[in-house]
Amino acid sequence: MLELALKGGKKYYGWMTLLVVIVGIGFLLYLRQLDFGLGITGLSRDTSWGFYIANFTFLVGVAAGGVMVVLPYYLHDYKAFGKVTILGEFLAIASVLMCLTFILVDLGQPMRAFNVLLYPTLNSVLFWDAVVLNGYLFLNIIIGWNVLEAERNGVHYQPWLKPLIYLSIPWAISIHTVTAYLYCGLPGRGFWMTAILAPRFLSSAFAAGPALLILCCLIIRRVSSFDPGREQIQSLAKIVAYAICINVFFFLCEIFVAFYSQIPEHMDHIKYLFVGLHGHGAYVPWMWASFILMIVGIILTVIPTTRKNEGVLAVACVAIFLGTWIDKGLGMIAGGFTPSPLHEINEYIPSLQEVVIALGVWAMGFLVLTALFKIAVSVKEETRS
Amino acid sequence: MDSSRRRILQLLGISALALTTRPVLDAFAKEQQATGADVIIKEGDKVLKARQWAMVIDTRKLHSEAELEPLIEACHTIHNVPKLLNKNHEIKWLWGTHYHNAFPGKAARFIAEEVEQRPFLVLCNHCENPPCVRACPTKATWKRDNDGIVFMDFHRCIGCRFCMAACPFGARSFNYRDPRPFIQETNKKFPTRMKGVVEKCNFCAERLAVGQIPACVEVSKGALAFGDLYDPKSEVRELIRTHFTIRRKQTLGTEPCVYYIV
Repeated sequence: MLELALKGGKKYYGWMTLLVVIVGIGFLLYLRQLDFGLGITGLSRDTSWGFYIANFTFLVGVAAGGVMVVLPYYLHDYKAFGKVTILGEFLAIASVLMCLTFILVDLGQPMRAFNVLLYPTLNSVLFWDAVVLNGYLFLNIIIGWNVLEAERNGVHYQPWLKPLIYLSIPWAISIHTVTAYLYCGLPGRGFWMTAILAPRFLSSAFAAGPALLILCCLIIRRVSSFDPGREQIQSLAKIVAYAICINVFFFLCEIFVAFYSQIPEHMDHIKYLFVGLHGHGAYVPWMWASFILMIVGIILTVIPTTRKNEGVLAVACVAIFLGTWIDKGLGMIAGGFTPSPLHEINEYIPSLQEVVIALGVWAMGFLVLTALFKIAVSVKEETRS
Repeated sequence: MDSSRRRILQLLGISALALTTRPVLDAFAKEQQATGADVIIKEGDKVLKARQWAMVIDTRKLHSEAELEPLIEACHTIHNVPKLLNKNHEIKWLWGTHYHNAFPGKAARFIAEEVEQRPFLVLCNHCENPPCVRACPTKATWKRDNDGIVFMDFHRCIGCRFCMAACPFGARSFNYRDPRPFIQETNKKFPTRMKGVVEKCNFCAERLAVGQIPACVEVSKGALAFGDLYDPKSEVRELIRTHFTIRRKQTLGTEPCVYYIV
């Protein structure tokens, strides 16, 4: 089926070329990072994880979000989603690939990455994160590819796939849970030390992932003769609405706990992010933008008239995707490290080179995503005619 | 005929699998026995031994940054710690900070001006229950069974910096660039590091192995004491018994082994 990704019009090739160019620029800068070290980033002794790990965290969510089309179809027999499950699975593949690349890009000694497998360490959450992410990648490749191929050949998929499909559902939950455990089990990091971190991650994942999927569906309808369907998009929109409401609710729970208890270790990080601390407040406008975007997303997806208008829904999805990205992709990591364990404030601002390398990783992911979606859509067009 | 060919192919496949899995299984089997990397520091005749090394810092005897300087200098010189000017790239094993930074959440209001001004020496606490060791995905940092030192293997570290996020004391530094050009005078008896790995205080394990106490203790003129926490007759135990001491963030349960007399 791979050949389907090679047959496309001018616009398709133009888009792919653009992505390849961005990947190339990012890769060249990465070579410089490989040569100089991570010193070309804005990272420091106090903030030892930054933009790369933040994007990794966000994308684990997008990958897990794919399960929101798989679960209703396979567990609730919601037939309408049968048309789009492949899109959810392929989105998961592209997202996990970006996640793994972000981890690799963040390593100080990437050529030693296989030490994680050579010296398996069961007490390290990072070891488990590597296990669940790679497992989820393979599950989705196997399931997505075989189901699509069966559809192309006009037959039912192989029966041995069924258990793997069922396994992939809790597995999706596990990838984001384990990713949250990277943070929430660390003593002395008050911002992350909350039992609600994994549920919070999942709720923002189930908003951001399906929101991106809705946008993809709308684009696919425009550029191909395959229509993912109005019902499907509307059902996804309801999932997004619930998830983003729960996400904001969870966030408000955090605010209550920190500010009613008045424990400085828990309050200071939130203060730093939303109002600034001791004169440092680089993230203040971003965090408020994130909060407003999420509220706008809630309003537009909860009210039926706006949700049912696909143009408005697209705006809502963009708002929710951006809002959750700022929340997790900027605030979550930098906010957890500032102030430092010694209560010093050494603000972390990503460097330009760091941002471009991250853009390169995103472009790589979208390159894979476009190719995979092209294959899926071509098969759908083929089988319909 | 056909079935025998299939049989031979099957056998070939299985033997190929067996041959390739052997080294992997070996690696797992070996890992089961080892608690950490197979690093052996050769013990001399004069080796100093302890169940858990610990340090007591009498902060009353260290009044100013200038008085800390020789201690930090001694440590950083023998351990090839580079002097980097960019604050983001900074590497430090031993340094001085304010009371409210060393003990955030523990500072009383209106404390004596002298204590407020006094610099507090901070370093790796060689915790009895170290969160950094729990976090490391490659066992590049581990707690030594024989003396409780939290040790590092610079050659196994992949530079994921999980240990830095896990340490509640900010004790660890990362080599954001090649440190070697920034070492003023290289001590050939101690390894230099490369870019992309984490490092921290090692309680002078290499000196203990040849019967010397840690360098900072040696030059502290009695302000620092070092000994076995589990030896009731050790100097550190004597000091802990006869003075009121505090430890950094002891509520976190990491059991730091550096005690402070304030």
